Amino acid sequence: MLDRSPQEAKDRSAEATRPVAFRGAGFTPGGSRSAGWIALALVIAVWQLAGSAGWVNPLFLPAPSAIAVAITKLAMSGALWQHLSWSIMRIGTGWIIGTAAGVIVGFAIGLSTMARGVGITFISALFPIPKIALLPLLILWLGIGEEPKIATIALGVFFSTAISVYSGVDAVPRNLIRMAQSFNVPFHAIVRRVIWPGALPSILAGFRITASVALLLVVSAEMIGAQYGIGAFVLQAGNLMQTDQLLAGVVILSLFGLAVGKLINLLETRLLHWR
Amino acid sequence: MDLIADHISHRFGALDVLDDVSFQVAAGEIVAIVGPSGCGKSTLLSILGGLLRPSKGAAELRGAPPAGSLNPLTFVFQDFALLPWNTVEENVAFPLLHTGLSVGERRAVIDDALRRTGLSDFRAAYPKQLSGGMRQRVGIARALAVRPAILLMDEPLSALDSQTRELLMEDFVRLLADGAMGAVYVTHNLEEAVRLADRVVVLSRRPGRIREIVTIPMTRAERGTADARGRMAALQGELWSLIRTEAIDAEREVQHA
Repeated sequence: MLDRSPQEAKDRSAEATRPVAFRGAGFTPGGSRSAGWIALALVIAVWQLAGSAGWVNPLFLPAPSAIAVAITKLAMSGALWQHLSWSIMRIGTGWIIGTAAGVIVGFAIGLSTMARGVGITFISALFPIPKIALLPLLILWLGIGEEPKIATIALGVFFSTAISVYSGVDAVPRNLIRMAQSFNVPFHAIVRRVIWPGALPSILAGFRITASVALLLVVSAEMIGAQYGIGAFVLQAGNLMQTDQLLAGVVILSLFGLAVGKLINLLETRLLHWR
Repeated sequence: MDLIADHISHRFGALDVLDDVSFQVAAGEIVAIVGPSGCGKSTLLSILGGLLRPSKGAAELRGAPPAGSLNPLTFVFQDFALLPWNTVEENVAFPLLHTGLSVGERRAVIDDALRRTGLSDFRAAYPKQLSGGMRQRVGIARALAVRPAILLMDEPLSALDSQTRELLMEDFVRLLADGAMGAVYVTHNLEEAVRLADRVVVLSRRPGRIREIVTIPMTRAERGTADARGRMAALQGELWSLIRTEAIDAEREVQHA
């Protein structure tokens, strides 16, 4: 028989008690969105104050209000959209080509012994090259039109994508693949239903990196040889000492980067809801 | 359908893992494989299930699989091996997607497997939302869905706490009671082996050789009675005496590795 009793109350007749000291505080940082926005607003306010009070020369650092005016004028004149559309076209085309090629090559490296042997050697050798250094060569090969700029972006995106895809394929738990094999699931179905979703977190993390790479390369390429595009606009404004216009271009780039980041967040929320 | 281990040997590089292992699993029979750590139990199961090619010998089948069996040799994995991006229902449906069953037939099979494992109310849940025991139930439901002739169970309870183990053991006893399915049950837990198996294959330390094949002298039904507890404990003790020395050596080997 079990000796059973209900829970025991504190024995108040015995010696006085003291609480056990709490030692588990800290090491669990939480995110505070409002703190970030407040800090940003504070920096902009100080910056504006410095500009309005004449503490800094507006030629070197125009006030935020001057940058806002420059952006509004750019938007009203249609120049903003003209420059932005060229940049978006170049980034979009280059990113899609580079991503498609990177995904195909990454999967081949992740799934085939021969492709892995050859592919990793080439990628290791070529990945560290700053792709913008290849632009003159690409201009020589492809002419002075849009092709070399798009090719530069595609090359930059390709290597990072291929690496993130084959790393993602490698990271798919082997036990899931063996489970699928144990049920005689065909190869193509294992790739589609096990490896692709298993590699997706790494692939999407790669997208985040390649979006930044594409933005960096489009600005660089446009600064080297383009009439339109945010990079060209920023360079032109710098040459003319129009720092408000220059910083307007930088702010637009920042907003563009933020928008792409949000888009990838949205994609992650939708596709990786199971995590 | 019988499953036969025919003089199976295996080595990983220079390491001999299994040496000349032979035994048979008759239709409807449950055979447990026990032995010290690193004796090649799981390797043997992988070979029996066709997931690993042996260095020597072969795993063979004799006789036709039961009518309607979609995957005669079906694994239940220690770590459940569930697709985390799929719901319970989708996980159970996974092995059926390429079997040629119609949507209606598939649905009936899934419903039956979920009902038999008590998962009908959890079909829309994701694995991360389930406890370890429930996850393993999904693994079992997935295995049942393909109507196996022989279940290949690789330490299916070892990742679970003792209470959940007890509950799932009751499920195994119930699911295997009618003798329609056989099983090869790899375990390091002798209590599980004695409770579930008709015969116990005792492997030696690496390289795993068959040390003894012990027949449990009780029907599975008898083992559920209170009277059987003492006899089962004695059998467990006998099995332990067979592997104790080698288990100690194996543990020291692991610690020195």
